[in-house]
Amino acid sequence: MNMYRPWYQIAAFYAMVGVLVIISIFPFYYAIITSFKEGTALFEVSYLPADITLENYRNVFSTGNFIRNIFNSVLVATLVVLLSLLMAVTAAYALSRVRFRGRSALLLTILSVSMFPQISVLAGLFELIRAFGAYNTIWALVFSYTIFSLPFTVWVLTTFMRELPVEIEEAAIVDGATPWQIITKVFMPLLWPALVTTGLLAFIGAWNEFLFALTFVISDSTRTVPVAIALLSGSSIYEIPWGSIMAAAVVVTVPLVILVIVFQRKIVAGLTAGGVKG
Amino acid sequence: MTQVRLSGIQKDFGKTPCIKNLNLEIKSGEFMVFVGPSGCGKSTMLRLIAGLEQVTAGTIHFDEEQVERLSPSNRKIAMVFQSYALYPHMKVFENIAFGLKLAGGGDEVKDKVMEVARMLQIEELLERLPKQLSGGQRQRVAIGRALVREPRVFLLDEPLSNLDASLRVETRLEIAKLHHKLKETTMVYVTHDQIEAMTLADRICVLRDGIIEQVGTPGELYEKPETLFVARFIGSPTMNTLSGEHAAKFDAKTIGIRPEDLEVAPADATSSSWEGKVIHIENIGSDVYVYADIKAEHPLLLRQGKMVGQKIGDDVRIMRQPGATVHRFDADGKSIGPAQTA
Repeated sequence: MNMYRPWYQIAAFYAMVGVLVIISIFPFYYAIITSFKEGTALFEVSYLPADITLENYRNVFSTGNFIRNIFNSVLVATLVVLLSLLMAVTAAYALSRVRFRGRSALLLTILSVSMFPQISVLAGLFELIRAFGAYNTIWALVFSYTIFSLPFTVWVLTTFMRELPVEIEEAAIVDGATPWQIITKVFMPLLWPALVTTGLLAFIGAWNEFLFALTFVISDSTRTVPVAIALLSGSSIYEIPWGSIMAAAVVVTVPLVILVIVFQRKIVAGLTAGGVKG
Repeated sequence: MTQVRLSGIQKDFGKTPCIKNLNLEIKSGEFMVFVGPSGCGKSTMLRLIAGLEQVTAGTIHFDEEQVERLSPSNRKIAMVFQSYALYPHMKVFENIAFGLKLAGGGDEVKDKVMEVARMLQIEELLERLPKQLSGGQRQRVAIGRALVREPRVFLLDEPLSNLDASLRVETRLEIAKLHHKLKETTMVYVTHDQIEAMTLADRICVLRDGIIEQVGTPGELYEKPETLFVARFIGSPTMNTLSGEHAAKFDAKTIGIRPEDLEVAPADATSSSWEGKVIHIENIGSDVYVYADIKAEHPLLLRQGKMVGQKIGDDVRIMRQPGATVHRFDADGKSIGPAQTA
């Protein structure tokens, strides 16, 4: 595939790539350089970092409960991932392999759940959480995030599981494996890319969620990061501490970037390869 | 040593019957081959014996034990799948050991795996993943995984169909040898290839539309087909069949003659059975196939030992070889015995 192309086509191609990259990266770049600015420098437009200061970062960590908030976020997001993967894998096995009446209707119902905007279920969920006595605890968040991450997770895993050869499952049955052993010892290892991809998306969803976090949790020590950042306040009510907000935003983005880099190859495999050849 | 007895087996998928009231006894230590065209129910039969499908009606006995409601592992069967179905993420050793480990096997697992690996000559592959193996090697691993469990009944579902032609012949031989080594183990083998059936089987069961057409040794099926379907299905090239006035001469609706029972009559022959024109000649080295148009619905096929004098378009006189059998069938395709006339 060594096709000859005229120079202007190649130039146009890279120009487009450049535009695309700049549009998607710029907001993050601007957040990062802003986080290193201080005082009036914050309000001067500049595209290159100058006068780097770590004061904002010091502020974020020294005031309030920011470290506690990060810990809450990690805990909530991790629990959501574990819970939704556990439930989604078992549900996907049933939905892809067990023949029962109303299977496709059930799948469609699951999908339709994710069509409701968060705000429409907010009141109902609030009642539910109060009834469980989970108000103002991280369990309120774990519960509501899991509800919202499950439809997607179940759907993706069901699709993946359907593509695993039936004969592999039958071989395991002949070998005397129980359904649980088939899931854990045969299917899970084959589904790693899908698990990583859906798990990561569930993690990101839980990590960034704002509305439920704002509604179901009231005290500073149970708050998660997005709300904590939004509620960061300056020295007076008339000042919005942009520097600290940007610094906090950069801090909470780092774990996500690390996760994506670590699992990058698995994610690509998960998004492209549909299944596993037998 | 396990005898398999199937009685009154019925299997429906939804409202579609697949197996219709089937009775069959597989002797212990026997190599039984289910053969038939696609959709005849042969794979379903195997899966019913395995326990991967449930019978709609009827009973399955392994010796005196009634097994049709037991799970595959409780029936102590082992199965080799058409696509091998090795666990892609496990090394060969773990693939073979998986069943034993699930059953709670301890130290003896390793010995058993090694013993099977030695027998199948796959010892040097034990640390590899399935994707690093060739088709033939995967096949051996799949057989090893089945054998290691010391099954009462060993089931094979078209195990050769994914291999290329030369490897298929080689592996066929391996399976035949394996059967001789494991005289104790009852084997059931499914194929659509009648050559595989003929070369491997102690007995063959020919299935068609969920009904047994005939059960017998390869020789019996070849020499005394009970139905027209079996006559046409077994044997390569296919048996010649003639109807109408050709058959009426033998008091039958249809007659069948194997290509090797016919020959081109020499020029000085005084009598012949049929006369016609040569329309095609195939020389495959060991045999020469002559197609002759005798104004019947199909051309007559003759199998000759060496090249004939005639060319395409020449007139040819055809006679039956001494001792040739003319198989006769009635209007339902049932055999009414060979023709009396020699």
